[in-house]
Amino acid sequence: MSEIALPRVGVRTVRRPAVPRITSQIVMHAVLILVGAVVAYPFYYMLSTGLKSFFESITAPPTIFPAEGLHPENYVEAWNKAPWGRYFANTILIAGINTLGELVTAVLAAYAFAMMNFKGKAVLFTVLLATYMMPAEATLIPNFVTLTRLFRPNDLDHVAQGYLVQILPFLAAAFSIFLLRQQFLSVPKELHDAAVIDGAGHLRFLWSVVLPISIPALVTVAIISFYGSWNAFQWPLIMTSRPDIQPIQVGLNAFRDTARSQYHLLMAACTFVVAPIVLLYLVGQRYLVQGVARTGIRG
Amino acid sequence: MAGATIAITQRAASRRRRIVVENLQAYLFLIPAFAILAVFKIWPAFFAIYISFFKWDIVQGAFRGLDNYADILFGSRAENWWRSVATTFTYAAITVPFEMAFALVIAYLLFQKIRGRSVYRTIYYLPYITATVAAAAVFEYLYHPQYGLLNTVLAGAGLGPLRFLQEPDGIFEMIGGRFGFDVPAWAAGPSLALVSVAIFSVWHFLGFQIVIFLGGLGNIPVEYYEAARLDGASQRQVFTRITLPLLTPQIFFVFTIASIGVLRAFNEIFVLTNGGPLDTSRTVSMLVFRTFFQQGQIGYGSAMGVLLTLIILVFTVVQFRVLERRVQYG
Repeated sequence: MSEIALPRVGVRTVRRPAVPRITSQIVMHAVLILVGAVVAYPFYYMLSTGLKSFFESITAPPTIFPAEGLHPENYVEAWNKAPWGRYFANTILIAGINTLGELVTAVLAAYAFAMMNFKGKAVLFTVLLATYMMPAEATLIPNFVTLTRLFRPNDLDHVAQGYLVQILPFLAAAFSIFLLRQQFLSVPKELHDAAVIDGAGHLRFLWSVVLPISIPALVTVAIISFYGSWNAFQWPLIMTSRPDIQPIQVGLNAFRDTARSQYHLLMAACTFVVAPIVLLYLVGQRYLVQGVARTGIRG
Repeated sequence: MAGATIAITQRAASRRRRIVVENLQAYLFLIPAFAILAVFKIWPAFFAIYISFFKWDIVQGAFRGLDNYADILFGSRAENWWRSVATTFTYAAITVPFEMAFALVIAYLLFQKIRGRSVYRTIYYLPYITATVAAAAVFEYLYHPQYGLLNTVLAGAGLGPLRFLQEPDGIFEMIGGRFGFDVPAWAAGPSLALVSVAIFSVWHFLGFQIVIFLGGLGNIPVEYYEAARLDGASQRQVFTRITLPLLTPQIFFVFTIASIGVLRAFNEIFVLTNGGPLDTSRTVSMLVFRTFFQQGQIGYGSAMGVLLTLIILVFTVVQFRVLERRVQYG
């Protein structure tokens, strides 16, 4: 089992069946629009409620459009009710380091598997595959025990440890190594030979030849890693209890208690929590969709 | 490097040295990733089993051998455990088939030559990339018994109001009750709360499955469709005789992924119902979380976690088997 079986996602879907008839076109659009409306409505509901007054947000039946004028000040109020700036900064710090770290470890390991010959290659690859199959549930409790023994994440005097426990376990991921290895294998052997003749070592070749032609794969790995850190919830929930080290999703969960029935504030908060990742999605859609489809992970 | 002037023995020596250097370099490249994986992925798998053999309430206690497992499977904790297992599989049964059916139909439509494909696809994928906590908070509001939009819609149809996430009664029991039937307890069905979570789940993961199915559709040779058309096959025949059979690998893949996802489901349940009402949505992941984190019974929690991992691994192995075969024949 040397070839890792990642699902192939059709990238070139150019050859399609012939254009359907007009009537079936209309039916198809009707279905797609209807389902699309159902799928998109919660987003609209979130946005519009975030702009409603408090009384309008708890009016039954709810209004479709904010009828009592728009209240963008909800965003300010929601923002001031919790340390959102801190949550965002924490998340960006943690996600940034995780993404960078995962990229570095994955690039190096993937290069070794793709381009180098060494003893125990097959064994190590199998070990990697086993870690890939190991669900997060298997490691949740032991990692909790280990890390709470080694560190004091919620100690006021050890702020760095609060971040460390959210970073260390995610600095390497088997999936990223697989994805990059696949990419590196496609680098022509001749390029390597030419580089060796020119006297370039592995690091030099990796840096100046392999990485520049692998940018799309690197971006995919980076986006998926960042996305995972941004949406991380269960792990920081059990590891952190102080807002000043908590990431955004845990903060949002705490804010549900703060806001209680003030749904206009809760929806405003949801909007600014969701907005960055939606923007990232719209910009990097191609990479994210293909990458996530290949990982086969669900949120 | 190795010029013609260098003696052959020297060349052999330098070749050996190159191999040693290459090996060392490779290990240096591998150390960062494998150090992290060893500490946080490989070692914990064994440590989890170790913990599960002990009474471990916050701090490590007496060795209990397999007693934790015996309690969970047959003893004092069996009732809670099996109820959670049943809830988890019920949750899977009311989530996975609907997710797959919707995704298949939408993917099929999106694959046709129609305008605005990319716009549709962007919209359908949006829920999947949205953080569960935020999305679930929105649904909690949609489901709200008093202010929620869904009860307004139901009222428009002359139904409701329903308590959705707070409703422990089974849905068949509720439907039967509306028509004056007394549904026996064993046929009460999943609680409306669990069904509400399942609806959220379908909404949240639809886009992911659509993308997988679209990939599969793209791999079906267009000649098959043309041949079918020449033979006068109807749209439905084309779908059932060509599209579906050739999509089997993706269907298997999505099925296993979705099942694993449901087995692992925690975030949406934590936010929407927290396992309630009356524990009717307390899946295994939720039970593990409560046992180990809220009750501090780390030994029991770890044993449950190991059992859950074994269940998940069965699905994972099946999935890899299927994929392997696909790679060979496909």
